[in-house]
Amino acid sequence: MRGGIFWVLCGLALLIIIAPAVAVVVSVLVKAAPALRWSLLTNTTQDVQNPGLQNAILGTLAFAIGVLVIAGPVGILGGVYLAEFAPRRLGGTLRFFSEVLAGVPSIVVGFVIYVALVIGLKWGYSIMSGVVALSLIILPYIIKTTEVSFTQVPRSLREAAAALGLSKITTIRKVLLPPALPGIVSGLVIAIAISTGETAPLLFTANFSNFNPTPQLFQNPVGYLTYVTYYYIGLPSPHDQALASAAAGITILMILVLIFGGRLITARSRRMVARLDV
Amino acid sequence: MILVRRRAGGMTTGPARVERAARGDLTIGDRVLQWVSGIAATVPLAGLGLILSIMIVWAIPAIIYSGTTFFTSDKFFIGNLYSTVLTTHNGISAPHGAVYGALTFIIGTFFTSVIALILAVPISVGGVLMLSEWIPRRLEGPLSTFLELLAGIPSVVFGFWGLTVLGPLLSQHFYPVLSHLGAIIPFFKGPWAYNGQGMLTASLVLTLMIIPIIASTTRELVKRVPVLAREGALALGMSRYEMVRVVTIPYVRTGIIASALLGWGRALGETIAVLLIIGVAFNPPANIYGTTSTLASVIANQLDEALSDFTGMAVRAIAELGLLLLIISLLTNLAGRLIVRRISGEALPVGRGI
Repeated sequence: MRGGIFWVLCGLALLIIIAPAVAVVVSVLVKAAPALRWSLLTNTTQDVQNPGLQNAILGTLAFAIGVLVIAGPVGILGGVYLAEFAPRRLGGTLRFFSEVLAGVPSIVVGFVIYVALVIGLKWGYSIMSGVVALSLIILPYIIKTTEVSFTQVPRSLREAAAALGLSKITTIRKVLLPPALPGIVSGLVIAIAISTGETAPLLFTANFSNFNPTPQLFQNPVGYLTYVTYYYIGLPSPHDQALASAAAGITILMILVLIFGGRLITARSRRMVARLDV
Repeated sequence: MILVRRRAGGMTTGPARVERAARGDLTIGDRVLQWVSGIAATVPLAGLGLILSIMIVWAIPAIIYSGTTFFTSDKFFIGNLYSTVLTTHNGISAPHGAVYGALTFIIGTFFTSVIALILAVPISVGGVLMLSEWIPRRLEGPLSTFLELLAGIPSVVFGFWGLTVLGPLLSQHFYPVLSHLGAIIPFFKGPWAYNGQGMLTASLVLTLMIIPIIASTTRELVKRVPVLAREGALALGMSRYEMVRVVTIPYVRTGIIASALLGWGRALGETIAVLLIIGVAFNPPANIYGTTSTLASVIANQLDEALSDFTGMAVRAIAELGLLLLIISLLTNLAGRLIVRRISGEALPVGRGI
């Protein structure tokens, strides 16, 4: 009897996890649907008659590229060190603090980048300041997924490489990297998804701009999608709120594509790595 | 034979090289990679150190100016920016009448995050137990996708949803029912905002945001419960509920506590969703539905205005709020990860639990 009640409550709990996940995505997409039109892609938020999201979409893409360029190599190299080179104690310490960094509130990261780079180094509100803030946030994630991808490569491959007398760098490049690559890529993709959804670290580093991003990387505010949702939903006019809905819908679509794309790669790579083991 | 000797002389293949590799010697290329990747691996630690030291350095003037007022006053006022008269405390000047009390935000942060935690732990554990004990293996994968979905939804989208969908829904259908509790616990008495903006709505959205962290950890740990112990319990004639109570729960308890600490840390530091939903008021909540602010939301909300303070003290005060937030979230994170390190290294997720 008590078991029955317990399991009913557990079933309810599972429902409370599943239902809101669906409800959030569906209701945001439903709200966004009427606001979606082609002019969103061709006009910027600057347009008074028929505002669009071109500047915000381009800015969000620019951030994704910037984060990939800065956090990508650093994170992958860091992961390689933890998996292949680090002595046990040192590796444990570095891993531990990397994970702790992931727990720092994103608004604090934004504030630190603001005082250190935006006003400290006079980078101003700019894409570079924003990219550094986002990179700090997703770096632990890339390091972790890279490390896991390397350590999951079957031991037999390492032994074969050692028996051939391959140097460590050749072992990593020719033997370990190919099977680890899908895992690393899916980690990067999901890291980009996380950074695409961030708002707080960008408020005071990238600020916002109604104009399209330009190649000027410093002293030049940039727009991005999450800001449009955050700011325009608080404005009184229904037109502005519709723009906020559209931005939220596009953000969540981008993130869904990235997360499920990343998952697909992970699933494939698991099967591939499993086949490699002899 | 000649071929092998020649190549071995060039250090590219042959017995000499196998011997060297067997000894674990590194080539020049190996050493370069070791150093470069080693530097990359210290970036997070360096970043963490920089974040902490910059926050401390920036907060110092505010710490001196406010003293204990920071913890005892619930008034946060950046001062009269049009007055030429300055207020001076402990040798540090700020605009006239400036008071930087954090009590409101400490209370707001504590209530929102603790309510979220109290709800998220049983929901996560119950949901995962249901998933692992009763749902067919075939469906487990697709169903756990929803956890990833929940983890992937951006903060601002949660805020948007809480403001436009959940808040109005709760204020019309749920809060009128819940307010009957006010007869027993006055904190549950109304009133509430017509659109649901306020502390409880923010807490409920935070609950959804931290469920993935706790649930994904619990899921990993439940998978590791020794099959022998489970089957032994069932063989002794225990029901599934008794088996879960006697075998599974004790096995995963420590991990759940650790992940709850991580989830708490995330709830404390969540900014944009809370900022959109909590209703931004600079006073402690009047009741559980009341509008207020958290440490994180007030930083995002006030920094713009603080920048107009000609003495620069408002930004320092915000740095002190940020420093407090940073220290609390570092402590919850350290505690959670240290606990888990003792049982197993891998179970805790990095970040938001994707």
